Amino acid sequence: MLNRFLLVLLLAVISAQAQAKETATDNYKAYCMQCHGMAGNGKGVNIRDMSVMPRDHTDAKAMSGRSDETLFKVIKEGGPSIEKSVLMPPWDGVFSDEEIKDLVQHLRMLCKCKFGT
Amino acid sequence: MQRIMFAALLGISGAALAEGGMLQKECSSCHNITGPVAQTLKEAFAKQGPDLSYAGNKYREEWIVSWLQKPVRIRPAGMYYGDHIKPGPKGDEIDPSTLKDHVALSKADATKVAHELMELKPHDDLIAKEKIEPGTISKQMGEMAFDKFLGCMACHLIEPEYGGLSGPELYTAAKRLQPEYIASFIRSPQAWEPKSWMPNKHVSDVNIQKMVNYLEVLSKETANAK
Repeated sequence: MLNRFLLVLLLAVISAQAQAKETATDNYKAYCMQCHGMAGNGKGVNIRDMSVMPRDHTDAKAMSGRSDETLFKVIKEGGPSIEKSVLMPPWDGVFSDEEIKDLVQHLRMLCKCKFGT
Repeated sequence: MQRIMFAALLGISGAALAEGGMLQKECSSCHNITGPVAQTLKEAFAKQGPDLSYAGNKYREEWIVSWLQKPVRIRPAGMYYGDHIKPGPKGDEIDPSTLKDHVALSKADATKVAHELMELKPHDDLIAKEKIEPGTISKQMGEMAFDKFLGCMACHLIEPEYGGLSGPELYTAAKRLQPEYIASFIRSPQAWEPKSWMPNKHVSDVNIQKMVNYLEVLSKETANAK
């Protein structure tokens, strides 16, 4: 019984390690940068043929018009969830809620802005 | 990669390399052969080539044999696009000077390697869940779903000069990949690669079938022949 408990505990630890939280900087570099750009200016390597350009995350005016909740929602559920482009996919299968919250803060750092300011 | 190229430059016989498993001896310097696949971004960023530990579930053997003899780039911006882009006047652009070519093998070596790769099948379970219905789709309808409804063009080329660049080109996908793998990967990229750059777009069964059929249509276009 004790062995079994230890095995379950070990598996839980391994599983937790496998799903360890990534930093917002790394997540942005891995997933967001391909469209939103190395500088976060919306000019990623993928934009050439896009019908709708990705958001410029350094645009304080545009970014301050979005609440943290809206940014969370669009990252998690994709563009159509806030009536924006389907080219922005849902990332719920990739990021945990905690990682999305960190990414929202990362966006606030890029725009140097807050909602409503 | 350097080891492979070094071996190729020295003219070492591929047949000799194949003795005892060419995969382990040479390919493993750039490719993960044994698994597990990358579990963290740090591991994913470090990948020099596609993970081959599930190659037998993924590729078409005849394509591997052919491609290894005349390797051409499939991912326009390399494995991790972030290592191969630079700022340009219109936005980020690919920096070709950072991309390395894959070594070419003889037909005999390519055949041996392909055979070894096809034995790597850790995900028969995922493949068994997919049932590909015979069917077709017009190029126009497929493209509309791909571009407008699903947004896949953001990251993938559907012809040599149209689409995104961070993902692998898709106009050759049906030649390269088994249809069940295509379906399974669209259904859940993270089931195959937890740190895949590709999101799970929660594509419906109907649309998965459409995309498999569409990629088949694309691969048969002579303009896309490669």
